[in-house]
Amino acid sequence: MNTTSSRPIQTIVFVLVALGLILLALGGYLSPVSRFLLNPIVSAQTWITQRYQFIQDFLSAPQDISRLRQRNQELEAEVARLQSQVIELQQQLVETNILSALVDFARANPENRYQAAAVIGYDTSPFLKYVFINRGSDDGLRRGMPVVTQQGLVGRIAAVTANAARVQLITDPASTVNVRLDPSGAQAVLKGQLTGDLLLDMVPQEADLQVGDLVLTSGLGGGYPANILIGQVSGIRSRDQDLFKRATLQSVVDFTQLEIVLVITNFRPLDTAPLVPEEGTP
Amino acid sequence: MATLLAFPILGALAVLQTSLVSRVPLLLGTPDLMLLVIAAWALQKKVETAWQWTVVAGVLATLSSALPIGVAFVSYGIATGLALLLRQRIWQAPVLAMFLVILTGTLVFHGLSIVALRLVGDPIPVLEALNLVTLPSLLLNLLLAAPTFYLIADLASWLYPAEVEV
Repeated sequence: MNTTSSRPIQTIVFVLVALGLILLALGGYLSPVSRFLLNPIVSAQTWITQRYQFIQDFLSAPQDISRLRQRNQELEAEVARLQSQVIELQQQLVETNILSALVDFARANPENRYQAAAVIGYDTSPFLKYVFINRGSDDGLRRGMPVVTQQGLVGRIAAVTANAARVQLITDPASTVNVRLDPSGAQAVLKGQLTGDLLLDMVPQEADLQVGDLVLTSGLGGGYPANILIGQVSGIRSRDQDLFKRATLQSVVDFTQLEIVLVITNFRPLDTAPLVPEEGTP
Repeated sequence: MATLLAFPILGALAVLQTSLVSRVPLLLGTPDLMLLVIAAWALQKKVETAWQWTVVAGVLATLSSALPIGVAFVSYGIATGLALLLRQRIWQAPVLAMFLVILTGTLVFHGLSIVALRLVGDPIPVLEALNLVTLPSLLLNLLLAAPTFYLIADLASWLYPAEVEV
């Protein structure tokens, strides 16, 4: 009898104690007690977990290392492939920029027809300034055709094979170009030098020559079309006793960085040799 | 076999010379790879195809330059002749002979080039050419002489293995 009547009371007391404990815990009054009880448990759990992870790592490490090495090799190969791709794309970008500039030049000079060609080599003799291009007679190129870039005059074709040609640069010591000075309009002769520099010769003493004057082809002699830009006067050599003035020239074309050039294919140079009187003829 | 080998080797050198070596001069001078190789080849004891290699080098040099025809043939011919002459005399230190051949070959090639260009109306100033072209080229050729000699010696010993007495 007593047992059955006391059971609900026990339950109520138990619930009340539990609620009290929860309220005390929520109020923070049991923290020291819980810390005292839980700390050893947490420490033990941490220690066991660390040992377990260590053993697990130890057992699975060889597989991971071989997998990581394989992955590393794959990634290194991928990096190398992407790096070569970047270099290739940069090269293509440079070529595209050059071609774009050449197209602009061709559009700005619609009176001429052009054949683009890549520079594939330089003359093996250090005394000469010639370059080889990858277009030849199969592409309509002929000896004497002028070669330009978007900046200005490069030279003219000296020899042609079926699929290549040799271009004499205007910096070659044997090269001479008839030129016109702007704005003075004076005529002169441009000569190449062994050093690769350009020398303006046969400038009349009365010509008003100034540093910075533009130098363009005059078209005289029929070797080159008129009005192709060559460069600017960078220095003047003039002495009173000389018949002509001389000047040095800063070319607009960087001859050490030639990559792609344009050949003017609708220009035919004139052969003036028969018009030059031979020695002894009246 | 040894003669046929001249075409790929000297052909590759001609390509290298036009596309790369000529673009990176010292002042205005550049090394002459074909001169170096034919001189080193002619100095190898067992080599009997020195003149064939010289002709191939002469043809390739003539094709890859606007120099008057004959300059390369004559220059390389003189270098090979000198190398063959020295091979019989300076047999204990052939690398010294290599230096002498390269020195002579470079000076002959450049001298003939200047003379030939002046004959065809190309006014090359001699002193400037000597200072800016010939001396730097000579220096580069001499620097490359020893490595080239030993490389070609390896090639020759591969092609002509030493006979073993049994």
